[in-house]
Amino acid sequence: MESALIIEKFILITVVLVVSLVVAMYMTLVERKFAGFFQDRLGPNRAGPFGILQPLADGVKLFTKEEILPANANKLLFIMGPSLAMFTATISSAVIPWGRDLVFGDKVISLQVTDINVGLLYIFGVVSLGVYGMMIGGWASNNKYSLMGTIRAASQSISYEIAMGMAIIALLMVTGTLSMRGIVDGQASTLYGLKGTEGLGWNVFYQPVAFLIYLICMFAECNRTPFDLPECESELVAGYHTEHSSMKLGFYLFAEYINMFVSSAVISALFFGGYNFPGQEALVNAGVASNVITILGLLAFFLKIGFFLFFFVWVRWTIPRFRYDQLMRLGWNMLVPLAIANIGITGIVMYLTGHIN
Amino acid sequence: MESLTNRKKVVEQKPMTFAERMYLPAIFQGLTITLKHFFKKKATIQYPDVKREFSVNFRGIHSLKRDDEGRERCTACGLCALSCPAEAITMVAAERKPGEEGLYREEKYAATYEINMLRCIFCGFCEEACPKEAIYLDGDIPPASFDRENFVYGKDKLVEPIHKK
Repeated sequence: MESALIIEKFILITVVLVVSLVVAMYMTLVERKFAGFFQDRLGPNRAGPFGILQPLADGVKLFTKEEILPANANKLLFIMGPSLAMFTATISSAVIPWGRDLVFGDKVISLQVTDINVGLLYIFGVVSLGVYGMMIGGWASNNKYSLMGTIRAASQSISYEIAMGMAIIALLMVTGTLSMRGIVDGQASTLYGLKGTEGLGWNVFYQPVAFLIYLICMFAECNRTPFDLPECESELVAGYHTEHSSMKLGFYLFAEYINMFVSSAVISALFFGGYNFPGQEALVNAGVASNVITILGLLAFFLKIGFFLFFFVWVRWTIPRFRYDQLMRLGWNMLVPLAIANIGITGIVMYLTGHIN
Repeated sequence: MESLTNRKKVVEQKPMTFAERMYLPAIFQGLTITLKHFFKKKATIQYPDVKREFSVNFRGIHSLKRDDEGRERCTACGLCALSCPAEAITMVAAERKPGEEGLYREEKYAATYEINMLRCIFCGFCEEACPKEAIYLDGDIPPASFDRENFVYGKDKLVEPIHKK
């Protein structure tokens, strides 16, 4: 029984890892393709039909490029930077509940690698570790642009993690649990107790301000436009990965896309009901097999993730980059007080409606 | 002070309202604009596969014309070279030998005729100067090359092939 569990988890981990890698790989294409669409262009369309072989071509290119180790760089840390970025990006998907349990006879397969009861804290911990990848890599390359990018990345991540955590506290007051599965399952109920809204009791309707703060901080954590100061090419060449070449650069870029995927998954799970979808109660009552509903829930979850991935690209080609002082002012002077006020108001409302006493 | 033209406009800078300072409506507006472009028809012409039609007065590579009987019209008068502001045209004139009446229309012809495509500005003055209607800029865009020598187009590239009737 023990070994069966290990094999089951191993397969699940492999599948999750492969899916996130493939999604990240094709995000590079989608990003460029959609960038084209947003600018009335066609985007890459030469490698295969619709350019679907473009990521492979990019991968081959990155792998076969010359490895350059700067003479005065700290060799160990220089290589450790991108590895760490990749490592932290991939392990954060461990606690995301991808779907309900699959049931085969008396065998129950959980579609979540692990359901630790501090799942959300784990994600926060791992995401904050992610900045070390950039810091170590940028510092070790012994280049002033890299160092500047590193400093920006570190200060930006730390500043926005505070607002992010504050926003999540208000959410946790509503959900009452830190377990990712608990949070997602809590959203299966009706919206404000209205009839016919089963599966739509998403936290975004209960905590819109927290959602907004979380969304902004998510962009900052992923170093995406409008918060891509750590690698802003107009000022810092390429920021922290200026000196990295070949697959070390590839790892950095790849880690960013995996982070996007995981962030989209987390925000879908926290605020958009994860694998819950409207009408699931009706399907259960109609006697549809539970595995079918699980698969539909999985699809719904990936649809939500897909929307947020699209949103990342959409925002990138809409909003210009913040200036550094504007970034700090938005983080500390706007988002943190707003998040604190949100916590207070949530508490008052919950007290008045009798959820806490 | 009295304005000279009376066309001065004072730009009013009102303090921003709360909605404006939140920036969210503006961001939403921006997002809708970019989304509209997302679904718009793309302006791209996929060049090597699809070629855009040239306008009727497009001036491309020169061609030296022949007359109805396939004889070269150019008489090497040098007016095109004279009119050329970029001094891209050089030619060497030669006299027609007996027996070459089928090749050249008049007693004098251009033995060599070269246009340096790197100098040429495609103004079309040679076309206008030519009294014999021998040169027209009715070709394509000159193709790229790695060597400068390849941009000096001689008669082999310029004279139009004999029309098959």
